[in-house]
Amino acid sequence: MSNKKRLELAEWAIERALKSGADQAAVSISNHRNIQIEFRDKKLEKVKESTESSLNLQIYTEHRYSVHTTNDLGKESLTKFIKEAAASTKYLGEDKFRSLPDPKYYPVNLKADLKICDSSYEKITPSDRMKMAAKIESAARVQSDKIISTTSSYSDEYQEKVRANSNGFSGAEERTNFSAGVMVTVSDKNGGRPEDWSWANTRFHKDLPAAETLAKDAVQRALQKIGQKKIESGKYDMIVENRAGSGLISMLQQPMIAHTVQQKNSFLEGMIGKKIASEKLAMIDDPMLEKGLGSRLFDGEGLAAKRRAMIEKGVLQYFYIDNYYGRKLGMELTSGSPSNLVFECGTKSLTELVRDIKKGILVNGFIGGNSNSTTGDFSYGIMGLLIENGQIVKPVNEMNIAGNGKDFWNRLAAMGNDPYPYSSWLVPSMVFEKVQFSGL
Amino acid sequence: MAAAGIPYFLKSDIAKALAIQKAEEMNLKSCYRQFGVDEKIIHQVMSEALACGGDYCDMFFQHRVNNNIGLEDKAVNSAENSINSGVGIRVLKGEQTGYSFTEDLTPKAMKLAAKTAAIIASAGKQVEPVELKLHKRPNFYPIEVPWEQVSIDQKIPHLQKINDKVFAGDKRIIKCGIRFNNETSIVMIATSEGRIVFDYRPMTAVFVSCTAEQDGRREQNGCMLSGRCGIEFFTPENIDYLANEAVRRTVTLFQAVKPEPGEMEVVLAAGLSGILLHEAIGHGMEADFNRKKVSIYSDKMDKPVAEKFVSIVDDGTNPHLRGSINVDDEGNDTEKTYVVKDGILRSYLHDRISAQYYKTKPTGNGRRQSFRFEPVPRMRNTYMLPGPHKKEEIIRSVKKGLYAESFINGEVRIGAGDFTFYVKSGYLIENGELTKPVKDVNIIGNGPEVLKNIVMVGDDLKIGFEEGATCGKNGQFVPVSCSLPTVKVSRITVGGVSS
Repeated sequence: MSNKKRLELAEWAIERALKSGADQAAVSISNHRNIQIEFRDKKLEKVKESTESSLNLQIYTEHRYSVHTTNDLGKESLTKFIKEAAASTKYLGEDKFRSLPDPKYYPVNLKADLKICDSSYEKITPSDRMKMAAKIESAARVQSDKIISTTSSYSDEYQEKVRANSNGFSGAEERTNFSAGVMVTVSDKNGGRPEDWSWANTRFHKDLPAAETLAKDAVQRALQKIGQKKIESGKYDMIVENRAGSGLISMLQQPMIAHTVQQKNSFLEGMIGKKIASEKLAMIDDPMLEKGLGSRLFDGEGLAAKRRAMIEKGVLQYFYIDNYYGRKLGMELTSGSPSNLVFECGTKSLTELVRDIKKGILVNGFIGGNSNSTTGDFSYGIMGLLIENGQIVKPVNEMNIAGNGKDFWNRLAAMGNDPYPYSSWLVPSMVFEKVQFSGL
Repeated sequence: MAAAGIPYFLKSDIAKALAIQKAEEMNLKSCYRQFGVDEKIIHQVMSEALACGGDYCDMFFQHRVNNNIGLEDKAVNSAENSINSGVGIRVLKGEQTGYSFTEDLTPKAMKLAAKTAAIIASAGKQVEPVELKLHKRPNFYPIEVPWEQVSIDQKIPHLQKINDKVFAGDKRIIKCGIRFNNETSIVMIATSEGRIVFDYRPMTAVFVSCTAEQDGRREQNGCMLSGRCGIEFFTPENIDYLANEAVRRTVTLFQAVKPEPGEMEVVLAAGLSGILLHEAIGHGMEADFNRKKVSIYSDKMDKPVAEKFVSIVDDGTNPHLRGSINVDDEGNDTEKTYVVKDGILRSYLHDRISAQYYKTKPTGNGRRQSFRFEPVPRMRNTYMLPGPHKKEEIIRSVKKGLYAESFINGEVRIGAGDFTFYVKSGYLIENGELTKPVKDVNIIGNGPEVLKNIVMVGDDLKIGFEEGATCGKNGQFVPVSCSLPTVKVSRITVGGVSS
């Protein structure tokens, strides 16, 4: 089925829903084709190939609201599905805030090319995929005799999606996604089998890094962990490497979501226009970024994509406001979810940032932990490297960091010049002063 | 039953599950009808799957209906329903896996998926699928009324009752959110070795979240109960418990402090603190990580790993628990597996591939999120058997430490053995007594070391609807339970803040 046919089906489904008694309806139809290849220790480990479809129907009847999803897209089944979905909505409580977004928020045109669909996708052969995964695995395996096991993976995905709202929106999008990487486990004489990985995610096949780059990075990271140990608890300066940074950013994201704010679970409630972080923090939500992993012309509700500076010089500018909670809060809609997050970067590389630290810890991964969006309290497990006098001294693990978001973000002292390219959150390395670590 | 009050789930032809009244009344014929297949079609698809020389293949048919309703701002004002059907086709060649699935259950689509999965093998003699024979299985989760026969207006009053009790429970409560979920999954598994088995899997979960305000400060906490149950799950006791616990855990946090950072003695309260076992040893004992030699437990089989009074099981057979399964997702019988017995490491948790690799019996741990995923070794209900100590005696033995009571999430690195779990609330222990409440603390340790440091085990194991959780691995999520009696760990790192 093409996106054109999907749009026709969506319009048909909306019409059925309205005929069945709905006041308003919205339909999304998606299709994903996914192929994954894994190699482990010289051998093909797994081949997986699949196509899945889904139809999602939102119904508004007398300000009552329900959502229905099915993977059976035959018209005969859908006719019944829609009729019964509309009927069941009536049993819910009336909620005056339930209705589709005001059409003024819908995009005027959907012509911009965000470069999120790679036309070369069709030309990739099963043998290309196989070779790519095999090459990464073999490139990793030869790096060190301490390697116990290597598992490489290549996958690609072709996604199509349409969305139609009964009060005047319809849009379609096509995306491709490619990912490749490797996980390496090495032996450590002191016990344990430290592992690490290197992974890349891109919109275009040609943007994937070379097999050797991924392999060397993963092996070097795993080897660096040999002999890792916890050290004394205390306050250390902390650098969070770019690829681990999104773990910390999510601590700010959750309290910026309208649902969290409306349910009084946000420590950032009432903080728009106020300082919530050091001046070094500037965060832009940019859905229009070319090749961005979070790029889109419209969001999940059909709201037009718009670039917004969410945090400027540490001052909170916007929340993520979706239609329903926006109405409840009486706030102007933005979008209910982040797209690409772009940060104002500094001038220094990670190596230069390390050089500036007298005594600190370079955190290159988080493990577990959580943050409390209501109070700002957080505590996360970490792994990383001890820095003394600008030099990396030894690997550390089995430690936690803890604090409160209200204080913590004011400790942000510098941003690196290295936004992480393989995620929709392009976080650079970040430096924080005097963070509470617990170890011995 | 009153037809007028019953919305679409009962009447839907899409939700064909309805043709089946109860698990007990299911039979192979009704399953074939459900999925629109017969023995001949299955045989043809499996022959196609084995055409390139695969050793073995299986088909996992699934029809799943999931309903969610939500209460917020004192009204039940959202509902989400989903229906998913499909079949996953897997071909094995030694340790290698070919996998494909289709949502279209026509013979043509299934054969195409079989062809895709078949390519994992490129040589070898073609094996013919064996004639199917129904495999009998027990039923650990009989329910009185299938969820398909429960209307939304039968559910709504329970949520309203919980909401009213929450607000009546404490004047400081300003928000209450309730999510209620029920699910029915019908699965049928056919293997090229001639086994066919089906299962009817009900599930329900209720999560209550509270936010309270005092002197301009806010705190949030919650309580969840879950199990493989029907509507009878909503007993007055369970409703009271959900409301009272959610309120108690929330308002307690106003007095909460942060513990000091660093290593200390930690007492884990009986119950969901079994998340420690799940992370510290459970994942590390999943046999795929061991046959690949990437688990810290790969070389510890039959060796002492803990004190003699420590025995840990992974059990699929507990009545109505969230992690119970009548049969695993490869069609193997489920069981109670001793991972550690009297302090000695005794068994990995196997799927078919690893059981063959280790030349042992499968333990019934081959599980998957849905027909869209290949099965891998997964936990079911993981718990420690009761030990010789009393709870009071354990707390009394601690001079300065932490009593961990409620939990949110955990994680583990299989090779290094580092694991964490996040304590949402608990208490300080000072001179053998529980004193100030604590909140939001991550705990991190090393699996084998922490097992060695379990120095006391209580006699008060409790495992029920509160010990349910959801476990993620390789991007697949499955329901599990985990529990401990009261346990003391002599030394582990607590993510506190220095005063």
